[in-house]
Amino acid sequence: MNTLTAPLKAWPQRQPVAFLILAAMVWLGLYQTLNPAAEALVAALPVDRASHLGGALQFFFYDTPKVLMLLTGVVFVMGMVNSYFTPERTRALLAGRSEGAANVMAASLGIVTPFCSCSAVPLFIGFVQAGVPLGVTLSFLISAPMVNEVALTLLFGMFGWKVALLYLGLGLTVAIVAGWIIGRLKMEAYLEDWVRDMPKTAAKFEDAGATLADRIQGGFAAVREIVGKVWPYILGGIAVGALIHGYVPEDFMASFMGKEAWWSVPLAVLMGVPMYTNAAGVIPIVQALLAKGAALGTVLAFMMSVIALSLPEMIILRKVLKVRLIATFVAVVSTGILLVGFVFNAVL
Amino acid sequence: MDIKVLGTGCANCKNTIALIDQVAKAKGVTVKLEKVEELRDIMGYGVMSTPGVVINGKVVHAGGVPSRDKIEQWLTATV
Repeated sequence: MNTLTAPLKAWPQRQPVAFLILAAMVWLGLYQTLNPAAEALVAALPVDRASHLGGALQFFFYDTPKVLMLLTGVVFVMGMVNSYFTPERTRALLAGRSEGAANVMAASLGIVTPFCSCSAVPLFIGFVQAGVPLGVTLSFLISAPMVNEVALTLLFGMFGWKVALLYLGLGLTVAIVAGWIIGRLKMEAYLEDWVRDMPKTAAKFEDAGATLADRIQGGFAAVREIVGKVWPYILGGIAVGALIHGYVPEDFMASFMGKEAWWSVPLAVLMGVPMYTNAAGVIPIVQALLAKGAALGTVLAFMMSVIALSLPEMIILRKVLKVRLIATFVAVVSTGILLVGFVFNAVL
Repeated sequence: MDIKVLGTGCANCKNTIALIDQVAKAKGVTVKLEKVEELRDIMGYGVMSTPGVVINGKVVHAGGVPSRDKIEQWLTATV
């Protein structure tokens, strides 16, 4: 970058440290004022605060900015962190490792490596080609879309840290165990022939040497792309949560999605398969189900199934995997999700 | 200049092509833009995250829509 263009850069890029400190302070300050601001807003409206409508409005005015702010903050930070974990680097970290520990690593790296479902197949081939074991690759591919910062932030913002943490732990477990089992089954023969015949490549990567300013830019880009895309779903989710408060009986779902109905877990998983949406899109449904007495395990199983198992993805994967491997993949992953649902409902 | 955009046809890949086309027109640079959608060919470039950009046979970018600044740099650097 020459001196001529430098002054044209925005100041967050010129003074990255100052920008980060200031941004964090502004963010915290704003976050503190959300609750009083929501109360003031409702008080200014001609609605009784104690009434049902008043409560719903307060909920909506407080939760919407709260969740959006949380999401913006987390996505920004993750946008910066992501620049450390490019797929190339992740691959280099995993290549040549034996299974077991590598499954754990792959699933964990899935959280921080930037991932878009349209890249799933190139990623898959790239990993296998560099000698990452099949099971380890699948651990990564299960965890990356399912356990991500957007899902976790939304769960935290709407249902509290316990639900978020449970989802994180269980999601990782499913990814690790399912990948490990598929690795045990030695199914390398069920890769499509052309994938197996591709020349092996070395897993090397060049660190582009991003500066703090570059990472900040990455943060901005992530916010623009992710928050810009998911905010309507969040608004929808919170609106659903606020609205159904009074109009649907509290235990409407309990009879067929409650703990007593054991068959509700497989049903939830089955229902999730043809649905294809991202973590944000499923949140409104989760909100509605939970609020009306559906059991938490059933709902989490549903959410995992929607995100991790989807027909369109199977069709894309068919280009690189033979039917038998896809069937095994679906069977193992859905068994894992089923167990999550059952264990949860039994324990809680 | 020979530019190839690697991608399996997702929205970001289309955006990348449109943006490169736009910048090239604005700068008056003539480029040969080509879309590479076949997985086998994409993998041949060793790219794992799409969209990727290949200029004169060399991979210059992978994973996400490149910024306008970056595209302008590519186009000026090789003229």
